[in-house]
Amino acid sequence: MTAGSNGDVCIVGIGIHPFGRTDALSGLDQGVFAVRAALADAGIEWPDVQFAYGGSDAAGNPDTIVDRLGLTGVQFINVRNGCAAGGSALFSAQMAIKSGEFDIGMAVGFDKHPRGAFNALPAEYNLPDWYGDAGYMITTQFFANKITRYMHEHGISQTALARVANKAFRNAVHAPHAWRREPVDIQTILDAPLVSDPYTKYMFCSPAEGGVALILASEKKARELGKPLIRLKAAAMRTRPPGSFEVFAPSIDIGGGTATATRIASADAFRMAGIGPEDIAVAQLQDTEAGAEIMHMAENGFCADGDQERWLAEGLTEIGGRLPVNTDGGCLACGEPIGASGLRQVFENVVQLRGHGGGRQVPGDPKTAYTHVYGAPGVSAVTILER
Amino acid sequence: MMQRTGHAIAEGLFTDEAEPRLIGGQDRDSGRIVFPCPPGDRFTPVPLSRTGTLWSFTIQRYRPKSPPYAGPEAFRPWAVGYVELPGQVIVESRLANVEFADIRIGMPLEMTLIPLDPDAPEPVLIHAFQPATGPATGVSA
Repeated sequence: MTAGSNGDVCIVGIGIHPFGRTDALSGLDQGVFAVRAALADAGIEWPDVQFAYGGSDAAGNPDTIVDRLGLTGVQFINVRNGCAAGGSALFSAQMAIKSGEFDIGMAVGFDKHPRGAFNALPAEYNLPDWYGDAGYMITTQFFANKITRYMHEHGISQTALARVANKAFRNAVHAPHAWRREPVDIQTILDAPLVSDPYTKYMFCSPAEGGVALILASEKKARELGKPLIRLKAAAMRTRPPGSFEVFAPSIDIGGGTATATRIASADAFRMAGIGPEDIAVAQLQDTEAGAEIMHMAENGFCADGDQERWLAEGLTEIGGRLPVNTDGGCLACGEPIGASGLRQVFENVVQLRGHGGGRQVPGDPKTAYTHVYGAPGVSAVTILER
Repeated sequence: MMQRTGHAIAEGLFTDEAEPRLIGGQDRDSGRIVFPCPPGDRFTPVPLSRTGTLWSFTIQRYRPKSPPYAGPEAFRPWAVGYVELPGQVIVESRLANVEFADIRIGMPLEMTLIPLDPDAPEPVLIHAFQPATGPATGVSA
């Protein structure tokens, strides 16, 4: 897919409400906060927004936000797509501009989840009731099973898992929107109580709260606004292929577990952008648990299966490394408000491409940035930005 | 086989034999086997192998939220994993009658049934796999 006559779709405004727990504010309030910040960043007013796509999993219908922002009659489409909600909203928004129908619009995501693990219900995933009754309907259980197999096949150690979590909290120290911003040393992470072996409590992210809004514009409109051109070179969303091993799987095909929605979304995004993994300067990879970042390094094509052990030991995914990964601490440090999480990754990449990362800024004037989300029941969304 | 009282957590999940087997579904066109057998006529119910090898595992260390979990309030960690049934499919299952520290990928396993609530007088029975060379009777500790 190449840019049409309108040029590339550009991201011209970004806004975020800090992630974590904000008891005084609803999920919607946090969405409003993010939208106002994004409008101000783009230098536009709410009535200038021609359309919006919004994602929220547990904080109500996103389009109710127009009550708060102004009843301009704007076209507003709600997106519900699990952990890919934000990525799907962004994908849809860029298509609306690519089509030539609109010049400027918004992708917004916000959420507010109860404390503790997500409690998904079998019927929501077309699974029989016994699966939930017997205690299988648990994302952490799946993630632990998946990494146990991966560690066995590819020689990844529990220390490598701890290195990922340690990096997340260190990076988050410099990210004002992150939730857990205290460094935690590797031994403390390893010695913490196990949640689902081999994962200790520091190796899982928590459901959280937050809001993110992105203003997208045609290249022509972006030039009019006088903003730095942050180009959305690719946005891909894919569902699972045959033989994959996904959240809430009562069975897996023999020989399965290696094909994933991520692999096909990633390959497609690189094809759209016309570049390869070696060209990416900074990446935000879904890290709902420490092992996810490790597996997703390979599934997105950045290294071979098993190389992550060395990459982490040598610090190649640190801020100053070959490929900085999860520069704001990712889901591990920010928590996961489902509707907002994928858009947070894009927010962070825009910050990095603008050179506004402060203590977490990737050195060397990065020009390319990559985001990836993954979720139940086997969905993945990828974006590639260029400046 | 152990003496069992109680009733299956769901119809059509495993056979009512002295040595029960899980019931999978075989795609009429492709021959692919899945578990459990989905409703509808695309899949034919087929009994699955009673024995297999461990493909992956973890320990569930906290009580799952209710709903949907229907087990007892009292919680003790349990082992859960995926068992490869040769030539058929890899199924998700509790692991029973094995010390957590002794669990290894590749270990030979056989199917059994365990109570969802060991203290219930008429327990609900769920499927589990235990070491093939392990104790032939008893209930998961």
